[in-house]
Amino acid sequence: MADIILKKIYVKVWRQNSPKAKGRFETYEVINVSQGTSFLEMIDILNDELILAGKDPIAFDHDCREGICGMCSLYVNGHAHGPDTVVTTCQLHMRRFTEGQTITIEPWRVGAFPVIKDLMVDRTAFEKIQQAGGFVSVNTGGVPDGNVIPIFQDDAEEAMDAAACIGCGACAATCKNSSAMLFVAAKVSQFAKLPQGQVEAKKRAKAMVAKMDELGFGGCTNTGACELACPKSISIAHISRLNREYLKAKLAD
Amino acid sequence: MSILNSHIPEGSISEKWSNHKANIKVVSPANKMKLEIIVVGTGLAGASAAASLSELGYNVKAFCYQDSPRRAHSIAAQGGINAAKNYQNDNDSVYRLFYDTIKGGDYRSREANVHRLAEVSPNIIDQCVAQGVPFAREYGGLLSNRSFGGVLVSRTFYARGQTGQQLLLGAYSALNRQIAEGNVKMYTRHEMLDLVTIDGKARGIIARDMVTGEVKRFGAHAVIIASGGYSNVFFLSTNAMGCNCSASWVCYKKGAFFANPCFVQIHPTCIPVHGSQQSKLTLMSESLRNDGRVWTPKKMEDAEKLRKGIIGPNDIKDEDRDFYLERRYPSYGNLVPRDVASRAAKERCDAGYGVNKEGKAVYLDFKYSIERLGKHTIEKRYGNLFQMYEKITDSDPYKEPMQIYPAIHYTMGGTWVDYNLMTTIPGLYALGEANFSDHGANRLGASALMQGLADGYFVIPYTIGDYLAGEIRVPKIDTNRPEFVEAENAVVARLEKLFHIKGKTPVDHFHKKLGQIMWDKVGMARNAEGLTEAIKEIQELRVEFYKDLLVPGELKNVNPELEKAGRVADFIELGELLARDALNRNESCGGHFREESATDEGEAKRDDENFAYVAAWEYKGIDNEPVLHKEDLVFETIHLTQRSYK
Amino acid sequence: MSNFLNASIGRKVFMSLTGLFLISFLLIHLTLNLFLIFDDSGNLFNQAAHFMATNPIIKIMEPILALGFIIHIIWSGWITLENMKARPIGYASGDQLLKWWEPAKNMFILGGMIAIFLVLHILQFWVKMKITGDPLLNEPLNMPLEAGVEMHNAYALVAGLFKNSVLYDIVYIIGGIFVGLHITHGFWSAFQTIGFNNNNWMKRLKCLANLIGIVFAIGFSAIPLYFLIKF
Ligand SMILES: Cc1cc2nc3c(=O)[nH]c(=O)nc-3n(C[C@H](O)[C@H](O)[C@H](O)COP(=O)(O)OP(=O)(O)OC[C@H]3O[C@@H](n4cnc5c(N)ncnc54)[C@H](O)[C@@H]3O)c2cc1C
Ligand code: HEM
Ligand code: SF4
Ligand code: FES
Repeated sequence: MADIILKKIYVKVWRQNSPKAKGRFETYEVINVSQGTSFLEMIDILNDELILAGKDPIAFDHDCREGICGMCSLYVNGHAHGPDTVVTTCQLHMRRFTEGQTITIEPWRVGAFPVIKDLMVDRTAFEKIQQAGGFVSVNTGGVPDGNVIPIFQDDAEEAMDAAACIGCGACAATCKNSSAMLFVAAKVSQFAKLPQGQVEAKKRAKAMVAKMDELGFGGCTNTGACELACPKSISIAHISRLNREYLKAKLAD
Repeated sequence: MSILNSHIPEGSISEKWSNHKANIKVVSPANKMKLEIIVVGTGLAGASAAASLSELGYNVKAFCYQDSPRRAHSIAAQGGINAAKNYQNDNDSVYRLFYDTIKGGDYRSREANVHRLAEVSPNIIDQCVAQGVPFAREYGGLLSNRSFGGVLVSRTFYARGQTGQQLLLGAYSALNRQIAEGNVKMYTRHEMLDLVTIDGKARGIIARDMVTGEVKRFGAHAVIIASGGYSNVFFLSTNAMGCNCSASWVCYKKGAFFANPCFVQIHPTCIPVHGSQQSKLTLMSESLRNDGRVWTPKKMEDAEKLRKGIIGPNDIKDEDRDFYLERRYPSYGNLVPRDVASRAAKERCDAGYGVNKEGKAVYLDFKYSIERLGKHTIEKRYGNLFQMYEKITDSDPYKEPMQIYPAIHYTMGGTWVDYNLMTTIPGLYALGEANFSDHGANRLGASALMQGLADGYFVIPYTIGDYLAGEIRVPKIDTNRPEFVEAENAVVARLEKLFHIKGKTPVDHFHKKLGQIMWDKVGMARNAEGLTEAIKEIQELRVEFYKDLLVPGELKNVNPELEKAGRVADFIELGELLARDALNRNESCGGHFREESATDEGEAKRDDENFAYVAAWEYKGIDNEPVLHKEDLVFETIHLTQRSYK
Repeated sequence: MSNFLNASIGRKVFMSLTGLFLISFLLIHLTLNLFLIFDDSGNLFNQAAHFMATNPIIKIMEPILALGFIIHIIWSGWITLENMKARPIGYASGDQLLKWWEPAKNMFILGGMIAIFLVLHILQFWVKMKITGDPLLNEPLNMPLEAGVEMHNAYALVAGLFKNSVLYDIVYIIGGIFVGLHITHGFWSAFQTIGFNNNNWMKRLKCLANLIGIVFAIGFSAIPLYFLIKF
């Protein structure tokens, strides 16, 4: 375990007191951070100093701190979830940074994700997309035995690949078009791969895409940035499946 | 005679649930439409309950403190979910799951509840499959199982290392469907800060909008608490940063008894604490113990050199390694239950054999299984976990053994509930990890997910009807009633109080201090002296907290420090109760180890004669001692024996 | 249907189909153009140009091609604008994930350059051949003609330009490279858009896209390069 201490780093952070307030960058010094510290713990340290100095600490979203809840969301030095690959911000460690470096931290910049405060953004748009069709319409009870429908193992695995999405929004945040396609594709593709999802496949693809468009996300131009930024490596092949599902549904209209 | 009535139905153990369902009241569809239910929490328990209840026709308001229901900490469960499906033909059955859960809980849970849990467990799997949960499958397309946590059968269903995530997303999707249909009103970024009771019945909550800071009133005919566990009372745990006890705690203060707070689970395989800035601990799946061997050095000088970094683990020869689990428990070896493995690790480290700088870590070594099975097999089984470990620690587990240490992981204790999952406040229910009911003094791996979903999908939709059938004449709850006003004022006053202390110390410092006391004196090994000290120290900490707390920011804005302050204030009080309960329970059982109650070899010794009861605590005001109520545990079906893993 | 035309995926399908159509046109165009360098007499090229100018199918295709370009260009502007609106505030630290030069990030710029180039190209050749005429077109041919057939010396026009202007050579070389770059992304992206892709095909299509892109870039720039070097 590398235990090198970064004697001084500079953190340039977006500060914005409320959704309507005007924001600005502020730069802070953070001293003596061990490289074994996680990135969010570094912000904890900074916040502690800010509080003690009578200032307002930096607001940022986080919860599980182990890369699964999808709550954390920072854009660090030009990378959603920071410069490391296949990690969320909470899994990022200070090892990735060097002595004296300036680290720029911004909130997700997506029109559909307005800033709430500082680095916190409102991702309700993602909720609305899921509510538009990200489900199989079964009520509790009265379902058949789990083994009634065998599912080809590869299909189950591919459905799982897609289902691994944590809804963090890094895909839209990194996409030059602020497109939510990878997020939508992950859900549509999961169900497209499973027999349970077939019944409502057409309705689902249309409804979720329509909602995504309505909420002001951009369109996909297949840059592939989302896949690279995605902490769960969701493949853009799922986007192709979404396109297919959507076109199939539209052709049937 | 106890004032607690657990309402356990008549009949033989396997008939109780069906008898009960046949006898309880049902609300007509037309009346369901007039009734409102509040669900606090959208983890497995809350989301499944909210969705199922609204499918039945009730009007549901659901709350969570995150920005989405999908982020509840259930999302982090890795290993799997148990169900008595017997798909593997290995002689699993409802009875066997029931038996394993009672035994695993060290005979401190209620038979009737546990049997019901085992009974409904198969339905959970069916339900999840129907929702499109991508469980692991065999080549033939049927569901796959793994074995988990020292049981004899293979009954754990899983979705890679993300079972909790997939189950939660299943429940979340069901919830979303109801939100879209307008049957559930979802309040995200809302934190419940008080319970409102009218004429002794739960009638609503007070919650703070965490974006605007506004304190709001919500009324309902019944309130369900599914707010998860209280592991964060230890500051460092495998729980999420926001996990809290506040929802349960305000219910406790309003009259809901709190049961068995001292039953907390310590997970043996977590990544050790690193430095003093650490904010949370990461669990490494229990499954690693299937192929990893746990050891510390035999020689003290090796341990010292390891701590100083003079030598590495690979410099220590096999004969100088102490595989202490294999040594002490030859028949179970590295696979002993969580509590046993955790205590053994602590014993080694306390004896001075810890291997990291802090002296608080042991090795989990895959060298041997890599030699035996090949790196490829190990990679296939644990690739993700190894990668996660390397990201955090910067050390490659294929080359160097992992360092692990126990950490607080789960809380068996919680709000006391009867067979209907109703607390001692009429109309107030507790589900999931928030209640105390099914796991006794120790929870088996893969059983918490099962319990959360059982409660939400298959228990509460039935049992709540029994209560609500009597409420159909109660009109929509008027939140202008004085009880609401009073509760709201109290919440506002408390927030202002915390905010205006304007001392010198940010809230995390208090939380860390509390955690330290808890870990040192109310942790893996407890004794009367330490517990008594802990109670005193916690009380002192509380005084200091209210004198010296510093909350920055604004009351009416996003203010994470204010949120934390409220939570830590509650944790301090809960910590005291936890220590009190531990002091009262002068026996060792499950996760609770009293040094006074041990065998000569240092193993846990249960005392069924004196402690075969649920300790339910009643709040009597902040300056008074809480009152203990005992619910005697009657074992009609299972014969009590001492656990042994030798 | 109307909401399909407006939907993000619907719009993109137009780009994809017109793009693929343009690629197939370019394939023919390139093949014919390569006659320029494989036969210095210009006969092959002239015959090909003549065939193109007189064949009825090609005649029908010409307006369709124009339409293809127009749709592709208008839609590209529309899509790009909509997509820019989706991010009202940009990042101060920019985007460090994709490199600044990656075609995927620059499709509109590459396309725009191609469009400018296209105008120039049309003015220089198509307009002269079809409308205004040019003395070079009437240069004598190197081959006998069948009776009743009239044929321009298109070769003379093209070769004349490339032989005499280093600037235009460079412009055309850059144009060729831009088209190639546009296609290294456009080709596989077009299949992705219409749903013809998966994890296996991803690699194949990207490989093919790079191949076609390179062939186009080299093919188109080889022509001016040839004249530049040889003459
Ligand atoms: C790392 C880890 C791994 C685990 N692995 C397994 C496993 O493999 N198998 C297994 O069976 N169990 C496992 N468990 C245990 C299991 O995950 C939990 O016990 C279970 O998921 C708890 O579910 P819940 O619904 O009761 O609570 P949670 O999922 O914790 O949900 C709590 C909900 O309450 C809300 N809430 C809390 N307080 C408030 C408040 N004051 N106001 C409003 N809302 C509030 C939260 O927003 C959240 O929605 C694991 C636990 C952890 C920490
Ligand atoms: C020479 C001719 C051209 C060819 C062969 C061509 C081909 C293509 C192809 C195949 C695509 C991919 C479509 C998809 O992703 O679905 C594409 C995209 C694009 N084209 Fe062209 N194109 C040409 C000219 C132009 C011109 C003149 C412009 C205009 C200004 C342009 C602008 C764009 C833009 C902006 C895109 C990107 C859309 C996206 O990335 O989604 N192209 N092109
Ligand atoms: S697709 Fe990836 S980046 Fe996008 S929300 Fe899901 S996990 Fe995050
Ligand atoms: S905090 Fe949960 S994913 Fe980062």
